[in-house]
Amino acid sequence: MAQLPVELILMRQLASYLATPIFLVGPKGELLFYNEAAEGVLGYRFDEAVELPLAQWIRAFPLFEIDSGKPLPAEHIPVVRALNERDPVHGSLLYERPGGDRVPVVVTAFPLVGQGGKVLGAAAIFWPASPQDAQK
Amino acid sequence: MKIEIWGSRGSLPSPGPKTMRYGGNTATVLVVGDEGEHLVLDAGTGIRPLGLSIPQDVSRIDVLITHLHMDHLQGLGFFEPLFRPNVEVHVWGPPSITMPLQTRIGRYLSPPLFPVTLRQMPCRLELHDAEPYTRIGSLRVRSDLVCHPGPTVGYRITSPAGKVVAYLPDHEPALGVDPFPAAPEWTSGFDLAHRADLVLHDAQYTDDEYGTHVGWGHSSIRHLAAFAKLAEVRRIAPFHHDPSHSDAEVDALAAELGTLLPGIAVQPGAEGATFEL
Repeated sequence: MAQLPVELILMRQLASYLATPIFLVGPKGELLFYNEAAEGVLGYRFDEAVELPLAQWIRAFPLFEIDSGKPLPAEHIPVVRALNERDPVHGSLLYERPGGDRVPVVVTAFPLVGQGGKVLGAAAIFWPASPQDAQK
Repeated sequence: MKIEIWGSRGSLPSPGPKTMRYGGNTATVLVVGDEGEHLVLDAGTGIRPLGLSIPQDVSRIDVLITHLHMDHLQGLGFFEPLFRPNVEVHVWGPPSITMPLQTRIGRYLSPPLFPVTLRQMPCRLELHDAEPYTRIGSLRVRSDLVCHPGPTVGYRITSPAGKVVAYLPDHEPALGVDPFPAAPEWTSGFDLAHRADLVLHDAQYTDDEYGTHVGWGHSSIRHLAAFAKLAEVRRIAPFHHDPSHSDAEVDALAAELGTLLPGIAVQPGAEGATFEL
């Protein structure tokens, strides 16, 4: 694997020091990294997931619409939307943890645009939703 | 390809009796290609004597600036070829999405900080954002952002014979990485330095000094050793010496680096040093 852009390297370094759950994807939506705080929400260590293409990680981390409980289409996942639309995205969804429990999660995702103006990837911060959050 | 060091000091010019051997001029390196290309890496204070040494019949010079901190830019206005009307000077620098390179450099090369503006230089001057890949004559030049405060690039120059010199004078790849180094893909500067025949790399701090300068954008000797091993470099020239370090202290750092890197040639960057690749 070739060296990643330094902006992504620095984003991972920052994420690894934060207690905010952070999920980092590359320009094709491939999973690059999530931090220890994210491991706590997702229920998997990053070492278990490693770097997965988009098509694989959306199966590994099942996501559902908050209202209907239907599977969330890939193109509606906040971090994928942030990447495709080059805009920040905020929303709520259900995440199915290992064992089958579905927990509401609030997500804010944003694109990572490099100095050259190129979209290098996207990052999402997320946290378990309170009942009030989930209704917003 | 010939590489000449005209300034290897970091941060601030440091002339004086304690820095006579390694020199006090700030970052400036000349690369002369086999077909006569003249590439100047950074415009520290070493660029003044360097400019005077460039033959009058050289018609094109490329100045590749890593970033716009003063120790890499301060000499530009004193680069004599800028005053030669028959010379094409191309200045390359880190890209920005907010401001052209001319505007950014012009903040320094304009009154009240400097009496002459870039537009007044008699040479045929062109400014470019550093391209990820470009060709200057027969030399292939790669640039990539590296870990240092503010947009900063490093350069990798490859000769037609496949010889490689990499230039990363200001670089803190260990920032936030514990333990360092990480995997190559997660290491700033790896692709620039990988298996290079010669790497001129930041070696500003002792390990103790690094402890109080984390995030300042520079490397300790141990970080440089780990980076050089990871990138499998063939020869390393510790560079960007701290302005407070005497020749004896640079000697000691180079000796330590040598013991950490058995099998890799270590030659600390000194004004007047030359390398043939």
